Amino acid sequence: MARSQSASLDRRKLMGDPIMVTTIVVLIAFLTVFILYPLAILLVDSVYGSKGLSLDTFARIFQMRAFRTAITNTLKVGLVVGILSTMIGLLFAYVEVYVKMRRAVGGLFKVVSMLPVVSPPFVLSLSMIMLFGRSGLITRFLLGIYDNNIYGYWGIVIVQTLTFFPVCYMMLKGLLKNIDPSMEEASRDMGASRWKVFTTVTLPLLLPGLGNAFLVTFIESIADFANPMLIGGSYDTLATSIYLQITGAMDKEGASAMAVVLLCITLAMFVVQKYYLERKTAATLSGKASRARMLIEDKSVSIPLTIFCSLAAIFVIMMYVCVPIGALFPTWGYKFTPLTFKWFQQVFTRYHGLQAFRDSFVLSLIAAPVTALLSMIISYLVVKRKFKAKGFIEAVSILAMAVPGTVLGVGYIRGFSGGLFHTGILQGIYGTGLILVIVFVVRSLPTGTRSGISALRQIDKSIEESAYDMGANSLKVFTSVTLPLIKDSFLSGLVTAFVRSITAISAIILLVTPSYLLITVQINEFAEKGAFSIACAFATILILITYGAVLLMNLVIKFFGTSKKMKEAE
Amino acid sequence: MADLRAKQPKGVKLDHISKIYQDPKTGKDFYAVHDVALDIAPGSFVTLLGPSGCGKTTTLRMIAGFESPDEGEIYLGGEPINALTPNKRDTAMVFQSYALFPHYNVFDNVAYGLRLRHVPKQEIQRRVTDILKLVELSGMEQRMTNQLSGGQQQRVALARALVVEPGVLLFDEPLSNLDAKLRVQMRTEIRRIQQALGITAIYVTHDQSEAMSISDQIILMKGGVIAQMGSPMDIYYRPNSEFVADFIGECNFLKGRIGFSAGGLCKVQLPSGVVTVAYDHLRLDGSECEIVLRPEAITISDSGLLPCKVELSCFMGSYQNYHVRVGDTLVKITDNCPVNKKIFAVGDSAFISFDPDCAHLL
Repeated sequence: MARSQSASLDRRKLMGDPIMVTTIVVLIAFLTVFILYPLAILLVDSVYGSKGLSLDTFARIFQMRAFRTAITNTLKVGLVVGILSTMIGLLFAYVEVYVKMRRAVGGLFKVVSMLPVVSPPFVLSLSMIMLFGRSGLITRFLLGIYDNNIYGYWGIVIVQTLTFFPVCYMMLKGLLKNIDPSMEEASRDMGASRWKVFTTVTLPLLLPGLGNAFLVTFIESIADFANPMLIGGSYDTLATSIYLQITGAMDKEGASAMAVVLLCITLAMFVVQKYYLERKTAATLSGKASRARMLIEDKSVSIPLTIFCSLAAIFVIMMYVCVPIGALFPTWGYKFTPLTFKWFQQVFTRYHGLQAFRDSFVLSLIAAPVTALLSMIISYLVVKRKFKAKGFIEAVSILAMAVPGTVLGVGYIRGFSGGLFHTGILQGIYGTGLILVIVFVVRSLPTGTRSGISALRQIDKSIEESAYDMGANSLKVFTSVTLPLIKDSFLSGLVTAFVRSITAISAIILLVTPSYLLITVQINEFAEKGAFSIACAFATILILITYGAVLLMNLVIKFFGTSKKMKEAE
Repeated sequence: MADLRAKQPKGVKLDHISKIYQDPKTGKDFYAVHDVALDIAPGSFVTLLGPSGCGKTTTLRMIAGFESPDEGEIYLGGEPINALTPNKRDTAMVFQSYALFPHYNVFDNVAYGLRLRHVPKQEIQRRVTDILKLVELSGMEQRMTNQLSGGQQQRVALARALVVEPGVLLFDEPLSNLDAKLRVQMRTEIRRIQQALGITAIYVTHDQSEAMSISDQIILMKGGVIAQMGSPMDIYYRPNSEFVADFIGECNFLKGRIGFSAGGLCKVQLPSGVVTVAYDHLRLDGSECEIVLRPEAITISDSGLLPCKVELSCFMGSYQNYHVRVGDTLVKITDNCPVNKKIFAVGDSAFISFDPDCAHLL
C-alpha cells in the first residue's frame, strides 16, 4: 500500500495554484529569515568564534557572578510573580463567574482587564516609583517615610504581578465558565459544603488551567524587560543583563550566549505549557456549561470577596491614573499646585515630541495591517488547507511567542548588522525603519495568529470548500469568503498589532537608531533620568492614542462588523 | 420559464480508484476506498449508500477534487481529472451543512458561481431568478441565509449548485439535518428538479429509503468496497449478501438445503418444513442456502406453509407487527391493513406462508 499517488496528485494540484505556492514560499522565507535565522545566529555566534567551535563564551559568562545571580533573580521573580498572579487572577475570575455582584464592581473588573492591554509596559513601574518611591506621594507625604526603597526584588514582583494578573484573570474566567454547574450541584446535593465543592470539584478541574496560567505569566515575567529596567535598580534579571552586556560592556558574543540561555529557559517553559498543559486543559474543560449557574448570594461569602477584589481593582486603577495626574503637577514630589500643562508643552517644544509620536505612530501604522493580514493568511493556511510545510509555518509563528524581545533584539543585531551570515546581504535594512517595522510584525504575529486560528476553527470548513468547488481560486476564496467571515477578528488583530507595536520596547530599544525617536524609548530614557513628569506626559499621550485606537475599533466593529449584519438577521 | 435543461450532462467514470488513510490510533495505513470501479451514465441519478465509514463520502470528495485517489483515475465527461483542483472541475456540490455564505443574502449566494465566471450582470439576474423559481424561493432574494428555515437553506444550496450548470451535481448527505417530514418532501423535490434538468447527479446517503426513492441506480458500499450495485428494486428484492439484504430494509433469513428444482422454482428443505422458492441461477442439490424474505412478503394465518408460534403482536396503525418463532428462527412479519383480519395474540399457534416469487435465494 502506498500513498504516493495521492501525494503526487496533491503536489500537482498545489503547483497548479501559483498564488498559493507564492504565498507559502514567501511566508516560509519571511519566517525563516526574520524569526529562525536571528535565533540560530545567536547560537552560532556563541559557540563559533575566532578560535573555531568552542564553548568558551558560555564558560566565560557562567563564570561571571553577576550573570549567575541574574539567572537566580530571574527565576525567583518569575516563580513568585507566576504564583501571585495566578492566585489573584483566580480570585477575580471566581468572583466574577460565581458570586453575585453589583454592576459597578463588574465595571471595575472590566477596566482592570482592559488597562494592561492599552498601556505601555512600564507604566506601572513609573507610578510605583511616583507613589511609593523616595519622594513618593504615599510614602513621603502621607506616611512621612523618607527612605523607602522600592527598587529591587519587591518592586519588580509587585509591579509585574499587577501587570500580569489580569491576563490570568481573563484566562481562568473563560475556563470557569466552561465548568458545567450540574457537577458542582451534584457535589453540593450529596452534602458537600461550598468550600468542599471548591476543593474537590472546581479546583481539580481547573488545575491544568492554573498550571497553564502560571507558566504563561512565568514566561511573561522572565521575558519582561521594561519593568526590571526601571524599578529593578541594581537587581538585574536576564533581560536587563543582556541589554547591559551589549550596550554597556559592548560584549556581543557574551550577550549572544546570555540570550541563548534566556531563550532556552522560555522555550522549555513554552513547550511544557503549549504541548502538555494546554492540551490537558482542553481535555478537562472543553465542554459547554449546560445552563446558567446559580450565583452565590450568601453575604458571608460575597461581601468579603467583593470588597477585596474591588479594593485591589481600585488600587490597580489608581496606579494607572497616577500617570496622567503626575504629568499635571508642576514638580512631582515638591509642588502640587497649580496643575499645569507645561510638561505636555515641553514634550513638543523641547523634547521633539512631535517627531517621536510621528515616528512611533507611522511605523506602528505600517506594521499593524501587515501583521493582521499575515496572521490571517497563516491562520487560513493552517486551519483550512493541507500541504507539507504547514507544520513548519504553524510551529514557527507560534514559537515566536516564546521568544523574549531582548533575545530577538540581540539576534537582529548579530544577524543583520553585518548582513545575512555576515555576508553583507540585507545589511541595508539594518538601522532603517524597515527593520523596526519587521520587529513589530514579528512581535505581534503570534497573538494575531493564535486568535485568527481560533476564529477560523469556528467556521465550518465546507463553506470555503463550497466556494472552491464553485470555481473560486485560493485568493478568491480567501478574499470573498474567509476574510469577510472573520472581519471582526481581523479588525481586532489590526488594533492589537498597532497597540502592541506602539507600546513595544524590549527588542526595539536595542535596534533603534538616532534617526528614529520612538515614544517608548523616550519614556524609558526620561524615567531613567528621573524626569518623571516628562515621562508621564509622554506616557499619557501614548495611552490616549492606544485607547483611542481601541475605541475606534469597537466602533468600527459595531457598525461594519460582519457579526452585526448576521446578528441583526436573527 | 427559460430553458434550464443542463447544457451537457457529463458521465463519470471511476477507474478502479482507491484511497488510503492512516489510522490515527495505530498509525497503520488502511483502504478507506478500495478498487471502486463505476461508470455513471450522463443524466442518471446514482446514489452511494452505506453505513458510516464505508467510503461513500470519501469517494464523493475524490470526484469533487478535495481528496486525491491513491490508485486509479477519475474521468469526467471522458477527460481524466485526477490532477485538477476542485475549482477547475465541472462539478458542483451540495453540502451536508449547506455551507451557505452567511455574509451574503440569498441572491448573492446563488450568484456567487456566476460572478466567478464573469457572466454579464443581466444574465446573472435572469438565471438566478429562474433557478430560484425552480426551487420555489422566488421573492426571497434579499433574505439573509439565517433568516431561512432548514428546508429553505437546503433549496438555496441546491440553487447555488444548479445555477452554474455543472456537468455533474454532487450531494453529500444533503437532507440529514432536516426533520423526517421535510426530508421526504425535499427528496421528491430533488428528484423532480434532477429529472426536469436532465442533469447527472451523484448522491451520498446512509438512509436506504432515501436512496431507493430517489435513484436510478444504487451503489451499496461496505468497508471501502462496493457490496452491490443495481436498480433500487434489484437491490431490494435480489440482494447478493446478508449485509445488503439487511441494510436495505428489514429482512428475515431462513437457513435450509436446496432440494429438487425445475422451471425456475426449487424446493428448499427447512428444519420445519419444505418450501418453494424462485431462483435465478442453478445450485447443486443438497447445498446449503438462505432464503431472504421481506417482512411484508409473509402472511400469517390459521393454515399455511410453516407452523409458527407468536411471540410479539403489536398494532402499529397501518400494519400489525408480529414476531413469530419458526423452528429456531425468529421471523418478523408486517401484516398490512389489519383492520379486517384476524389478529393473533402472543402465545397463539399459526402458520406462515409466502409467494415463491417474493423470496430470494442467497
